Amino acid sequence: MLEIKDLHATVDGKEILRGLSLSIKAGEVHAIMGPNGSGKSTLSYVLAGRDGYAVTKGEVLYRGKNLLAMEPEVRAAEGVFLAFQYPVEIPGVSNTTFLKHALNAVRKHRGESELDAMQFVKLLRETMKKLGMSEEMLKRAVNVGFSGGEKKRNEVLQMALLKPAFAVLDETDSGLDIDALKVVSDGVNSLRAPDRAMLVITHYQRLLDYIVPDHVHVLAKGRIVRSGDKSLALELEKSGYAAFAKEAA
Amino acid sequence: MAVTTETREQVKALDKYKYGFVTDIEMETAPKGLDEDTVRFISAKKNEPAWMLEWRLKAFRHWLGMKEPAWAKVSYPPIDFQNAYYYAAPKKKPTVKSLDEVDPELLETYKKLGIPLAEQERLAGVAVDAVFDSVSVATTYKGKLEKMGIIFCSISEAMQKHPELVRQYIGTVVPYTDNFYATLNSAVFSDGSFVYVPKGVRCPMELSTYFRINASETGQFERTLIVADAGSYVSYLEGCTAPMRDENQLHAAVVELVALDDAEIKYSTVQNWYPGDENGKGGIYNFVTKRGACRGRNSKISWTQVETGSAITWKYPSCILQGDNSQGEFYSVAITNNYQQADTGTKMIHLGKNTRSRIISKGISAGHAQNTYRGLVRVGPRAEGARNYTQCDSLLIGDKCGAHTVPYIESKNRSARVEHEATTSKISDDQLFYCRQRGLSEEDAVSLIVNGFCKDVLQELPMEFAVEAQKLVAISLEGSVG
Amino acid sequence: MAVAATPSAGGAYLERYADARRRLAAGSAPWLEGWRRAGAEAFRGAGFPTIKNEGWRFTPLYGLVEGDFSVDAPAAPFDQSRIKGVTFGREAGNRLVFVNGRLRGDLSSLKQLSPGIELLSFAEALASRPRLVEAALGTAPGLAGHPFAALNAAFAADGYVLHLAPGARSEAPIEILWIGSGADKPPVYHPRNLVVAGNGAHATVIEHHVGLCIGAYFSDTVTEIALGEGAVLRHCKVQDESREAFHLALTGARLAAGAHYDSFVHSAGGRLSRNEIHVALEGRRAQCRLNGAYLGRGEQIVDHTTVIDHVSPETSSKELYKGVLDGRARGVFQGRITVRPNAQKTDGQQMNRALLLSDKAEIASKPELEISADDVKCSHGATAGELDDVSLFYLRSRGIPEAEARRLLVEAFLNEVIDSVALAGMRLTLERNIARWMAGPA
Repeated sequence: MLEIKDLHATVDGKEILRGLSLSIKAGEVHAIMGPNGSGKSTLSYVLAGRDGYAVTKGEVLYRGKNLLAMEPEVRAAEGVFLAFQYPVEIPGVSNTTFLKHALNAVRKHRGESELDAMQFVKLLRETMKKLGMSEEMLKRAVNVGFSGGEKKRNEVLQMALLKPAFAVLDETDSGLDIDALKVVSDGVNSLRAPDRAMLVITHYQRLLDYIVPDHVHVLAKGRIVRSGDKSLALELEKSGYAAFAKEAA
Repeated sequence: MAVTTETREQVKALDKYKYGFVTDIEMETAPKGLDEDTVRFISAKKNEPAWMLEWRLKAFRHWLGMKEPAWAKVSYPPIDFQNAYYYAAPKKKPTVKSLDEVDPELLETYKKLGIPLAEQERLAGVAVDAVFDSVSVATTYKGKLEKMGIIFCSISEAMQKHPELVRQYIGTVVPYTDNFYATLNSAVFSDGSFVYVPKGVRCPMELSTYFRINASETGQFERTLIVADAGSYVSYLEGCTAPMRDENQLHAAVVELVALDDAEIKYSTVQNWYPGDENGKGGIYNFVTKRGACRGRNSKISWTQVETGSAITWKYPSCILQGDNSQGEFYSVAITNNYQQADTGTKMIHLGKNTRSRIISKGISAGHAQNTYRGLVRVGPRAEGARNYTQCDSLLIGDKCGAHTVPYIESKNRSARVEHEATTSKISDDQLFYCRQRGLSEEDAVSLIVNGFCKDVLQELPMEFAVEAQKLVAISLEGSVG
Repeated sequence: MAVAATPSAGGAYLERYADARRRLAAGSAPWLEGWRRAGAEAFRGAGFPTIKNEGWRFTPLYGLVEGDFSVDAPAAPFDQSRIKGVTFGREAGNRLVFVNGRLRGDLSSLKQLSPGIELLSFAEALASRPRLVEAALGTAPGLAGHPFAALNAAFAADGYVLHLAPGARSEAPIEILWIGSGADKPPVYHPRNLVVAGNGAHATVIEHHVGLCIGAYFSDTVTEIALGEGAVLRHCKVQDESREAFHLALTGARLAAGAHYDSFVHSAGGRLSRNEIHVALEGRRAQCRLNGAYLGRGEQIVDHTTVIDHVSPETSSKELYKGVLDGRARGVFQGRITVRPNAQKTDGQQMNRALLLSDKAEIASKPELEISADDVKCSHGATAGELDDVSLFYLRSRGIPEAEARRLLVEAFLNEVIDSVALAGMRLTLERNIARWMAGPA
């Protein structure tokens, strides 16, 4: 589904990704672990197409297409979803309005009919019920005044509605207490599907107890220095990142 | 080649401004130009009482000695006031009992505007006093309002049927000497609405008027007077779209509101006159004087405006808070794109004790536009316990536009509390990226974020307008990004 | 209805003091005389501003336009003992003392000037450093078209000139003491001050304007400041003119890249005072802070006007003015922030708060944002009101008498600005001034 080949990317002229390669198949959950500054968030922004992240070398094929040539909204419509580490606040725009606009934009791109208000609210209610979320969150402005846990749950809700083929979860565990982490992970797990791939980016092994990956990669200094199964995460927990940093040097 | 290109450009331009079309209707016009005879012609045409003509003439004579104000942050070529028509009326008899009697062509015009009268009457329960080029042609729901003692008619009709009421209030809030444009309006106003809500009556529906400029080179001088007697309530909606014109058209309206003891007037405007094309050619010059007097104790006047149209907007809906405990509110969204210029704001004049005012202004500037908030909060020495809160936020889209904030704050009473806050910023890259990552195009993302920015104001609009206004916000910003 | 002065008042004013201008012209270099003449002609055209001029709508110049002053009057006898108590810091600092606008070398002392620093009077500088003066004169922002800058140019005879070589640092603050001593006929003086700081230079200038007389006088000061790259100027001014004085001060500062201008103004004296500051942030990352604390009572008009021009990207400005008004005093605050089209990443913050203590006191506030770049963060705020009832009650409920409680709250209100003054000695003086002011009119 996703093929990253020798990806190099710079931010403000500084090279952050230095030859990252990764292959993800449909139905798989991959985890990328790495210390601060290893390029985890850069990878997620490059995949989502944020301005200011310049790809200097390499390519990313998504379902056989050149992902890097697409505008951010086209990537989203094509099924690439980024769950933000720090979901953005948009004052004055109600969560419902935002979700409806997003869903209809994506549906339109896919050639599906746009949902009217009634259909949308019905779908939204069902989805929220499945995820065990309270509807009170919908009336408030997007992420404004949300707690850390609410923001992350809101990301999962968006993912559930937009039904991406490939989701990147950027440090979804950051800022969550153990209860919230469990709720969010349950949500993510319910979205695992044979035709959907996920890339879970995290600093800590803890998250992977809840979202169990098929493959684990260690990122250091902008490239993947080790890959393995979930046991690699446990090994990492014991030894720390220092040993891997050496490998990268 | 040049001709075809031009035609294509014109068609494209027409597409852009969907309300830009011209209805062909025979006009009966006053001769071009402005002198005392023009004023007499208008007054005679409307069969006005002698005192009204006298008042108009006084205004006209005063106007001759006035200069156009130059303090606003707007620039435009000099207006030739002699090269305009000051009166135009549809030829068909302007008194109709039902919509059937209205010129079918006119009805078609409204249909194109998306405001079919018949449907509104039936579905929305809105009484519409439709003004087509200065003269009222249709008034609906009159019967129902009449039973409650509410007078809602054109000001010309009011002059015939309720001259004592008109005479008692006209010019008492905006005197004929007030300012260049208001004085001009006093001399040559053609028509407008008149509302009187008697004591203790709560007007059960939103009163609404749609204004349109139609005839070429016809200056538009509406005059509206709303009087809410003690303990009454009325909500008035004003909305307008204008057909596309190449030459600039002048619009100088005057609106006067009077609220007596415990009365409340809510006045909402969606202004979408033709703003000119992408290069700043054409568009309406909108020089409006709107003022409300909270004469009575506990009275309240609330202005809400969404200003998206016109090449130039110059208006400062104001409240004179005379009555003790009276309240004034001003909620404004002003959007300027391309080469539009808006200089708008409010004046809150606190005279009575414990008077309160609240100002929420949201200015959005895109393209090469200039958007200015200009306001005055004045607290007089006798306004014990007066309170004002002002919040002015500006949003800039693109680096060729300007946003300016010029508030004047004058307090002569120590027990008064005046607070003013203003910010200027742009749409954050974070917000844009977040929306686009969820599949919204950049343009949709901007429209969504801007609507959120304006929410505090838009939610003050009556339901009928709120939806239209949200769409307008999006339409007004088309082409501003990318 | 106020009577507006007519522009012809400018011509009349110049005629009245034609003798003084002739005396100044005698022996002046042609360029200097040309400059003065241009000032005179500009003032003749503009005249005194009236309340019909937008920038002066709240500040009528009653008593000034028709006032009969004497230009260049001989300074009254004045001895060292009288300046004790009005100086700051150490007795033996770097200090220039001006009496009625003229330098008094006998009262001044320059003992601790660091290398690369020159401090001299405008009159001396014209003689010894004419090229420095010629290059710097009339280049500051805000002067063009300003009637009082023009008037000042027509009559400028003295002032101070501070020149800092690149990298020079003044260890001790430089103190400029301006004394209005009165005379048989109310004096008028037009000091022209120049501060030129080379790249990386640092200095602190304290100016104290004090009236040691009861009568009227008119001080029309222009200060021009040019800061080179990375230069830093701290500029503290205490205005404590006599009750009848007219104090009009115009400061224009130009900042090169990375320069920092830090201004603090305390205004308490004068029948009419206007402290006007124009800052042009011309170089990238230039920054300024303009703070002020003002007090007004009686019939005083206390005007603070600031204009900040963000010319280059990444420039920042911060302003905080706080005033307390009693009696029939009028406070005026006008603050404009302009952001030029390419001045992206600008940060401009402004706040003005006024406290009204009496029924007749008033405040007029006109903050203004004029923004032509999109990637900016700009804000302004203004508040006006009386002392908070709840706080007052709280203090009184703890046994503090009302007058005392009021004083404490007023001081607390002003402390936010006073605390921004870096010099501890200066802060103490200001706190004393405020306490004295609160105790009532002298």
